[in-house]
Amino acid sequence: MPNATGNDQKKLPFAVKDCALITIATGIRVQNLKEFAVALKDVPLGSIYHHFWGRLLRALFDEPEYNNDFASWASRGLNDKSLAEQLSMVIPTDYKDMEGLRQEMVEVVEQQLDESEFVPWAKADQQFHFLKSQIVIFDTGIRYEHPKELVPQIIKMSTGSIYYHFIDARNRTEERHDDFSSWLNGFDGDEFKELTRNLCSMDPYFSSLKEIRLIVSNIFQTFFEKGDQ
Amino acid sequence: MKKQSKKSLQNMMAEYTAVTSPNVMHQIEQLAAPLKGAKVLHINSTKEGGGVAEILHKLIPLKQALGIEADWDIITGNQEFYQCTKGFHNALQGMRQSISEKLLQNYEKINRENEEKLRSKLQEADFVFIHDPQPAPLLKMIPERRGKWIWRCHIDASKPYRQVWKYLREWVTPYDASIFSLPEFAQPLPHPQYIIPPSIDPLSEKNCPLPDYEIKNVYSEFNLDPDLPLITQVSRYDRFKDPVGVIEAYKLASKLTPLQLVLAGGGASDDPEGEMVLNEVKEASNGADNIHVLLLPADANRTINALQRASDIILQKSIREGFGLTVSEGMWKGKPVIGGDTGGIRLQVINHFTGFLVRTPEGAALRTRYLLHRRDKLEDMGMRAKRFVRENFLITRHLREYLTLMVGLTNGDDERINVGNS
Repeated sequence: MPNATGNDQKKLPFAVKDCALITIATGIRVQNLKEFAVALKDVPLGSIYHHFWGRLLRALFDEPEYNNDFASWASRGLNDKSLAEQLSMVIPTDYKDMEGLRQEMVEVVEQQLDESEFVPWAKADQQFHFLKSQIVIFDTGIRYEHPKELVPQIIKMSTGSIYYHFIDARNRTEERHDDFSSWLNGFDGDEFKELTRNLCSMDPYFSSLKEIRLIVSNIFQTFFEKGDQ
Repeated sequence: MKKQSKKSLQNMMAEYTAVTSPNVMHQIEQLAAPLKGAKVLHINSTKEGGGVAEILHKLIPLKQALGIEADWDIITGNQEFYQCTKGFHNALQGMRQSISEKLLQNYEKINRENEEKLRSKLQEADFVFIHDPQPAPLLKMIPERRGKWIWRCHIDASKPYRQVWKYLREWVTPYDASIFSLPEFAQPLPHPQYIIPPSIDPLSEKNCPLPDYEIKNVYSEFNLDPDLPLITQVSRYDRFKDPVGVIEAYKLASKLTPLQLVLAGGGASDDPEGEMVLNEVKEASNGADNIHVLLLPADANRTINALQRASDIILQKSIREGFGLTVSEGMWKGKPVIGGDTGGIRLQVINHFTGFLVRTPEGAALRTRYLLHRRDKLEDMGMRAKRFVRENFLITRHLREYLTLMVGLTNGDDERINVGNS
């Protein structure tokens, strides 16, 4: 059964999928901003995806200061805070596809190089290693017919499911938002409009997958509790 | 390796579910479904001592519990073989090593002998995981192999001594994939290089909860003072672990803060330098009060567990470190870790959050004094450290990544792989 996403799959049950991600080295490593700009144009698009999103499934401690690996390296490796700030405000869903995102990143980095008197360098042990990932997706076999059924279930989902439906979906779907919202949009009328709006307005960039799970669960719970009153 | 009964395997899965969560184990079971019945063989060079053997002791039964026909064999060698492979180990960690032609010939000869013993298993396996350089030549000696071969490098190979790496690269190049613990360790090779950090087993004797009396017993067993703060480094007697630097740090810190130090280690059967380093450590500690240098047997897991739990701070002041399982072990027990700012320690010790990263004995002494004077910080860091390990460095995560890798390898280079009816 296909995953119930998009308006073309109206009222199909919500198919819960899960995923696991594994990190692969691309073998490309850079020491300074100029090398970074060159590599950024050549690395596989999967590497851009990994450094924006894949980090959520890696070992990360608490709240990261920046929301993608490129910005973190600009800050910690190159000690270039202004570049870090600019890179962290590049929002992937603003671009049609990963190629568009890559182009924007290149623009930001080249602009910084044009304005710099010196090429910023990282210490020998602070190179940037471009990574990519392989994502294995599997069907849990779980189906939900009505959004209300999700209320007690979201909190029990694995972080892999949350990643797939809430994060990966932004890169995968035409609407560039989560699978829950795509599914809700398939229902007739305005019944779930507010719920969809609440889901779409959630900023997932600074939260761990566990936190996202809790927030999504709360959004569903609050919506249906209000409806019951 | 002896196969366990179905019931005991089910019990094992239930135990891991209790420590992690049902959805963690459910995800693992689903990921393992397409691999049911696959023959998976792990090869390394020691059954006891060191992190690799420790991980395999747990990973193999878990894979079996998931329906995978996992097995583990070791290669055996003579003294010259281990001398040679210790040289490889040191060279991969950046030490200049001259390894004679005679030692290299013996290395290849020993691998040929082991290949004869293991041939049929190696030929039939669907996946062969070769751990570290010791058995690396086996692949070239099995031209009729049918499975995927993966070279698993547990060593910090970020800056290998080039001459030795050039020799080893010839053996590892034809593998289907390799695994390194950190991106920094990956080397230019013509196959996919997966990044998988190691892990600890929360249910093992080394990491399971212990009754209070067992923790207190270590004071009398090793003549420790129950009224003095205790700092502990658990590791093989190896120069890269810098046990002499730890003694220096202790001496500096104890000038201002009364405390005691335990250095606890055992030997690994594939490490011929252990005794020499132990003698250096004993010499360095000579005359200093409250330094306890312990040589523990390979099966002293509960003792190590108790020592770590009895400690206020765990040290792992390595100069180079592939990962450093003892760091996660200490953190799992709610202890902050003062670790060398190197390799895999950086992945576990988040500076100022789960412990401190240091570069010198002075740095280790300073952070020791700070934590012993700021008990509130010590406890906060310990709590965060435990949570960080629970989320990132338990064997369940490690197993999930091995399974993902196997599914990934059977599906080629695709970045997105759908399994089952997804």
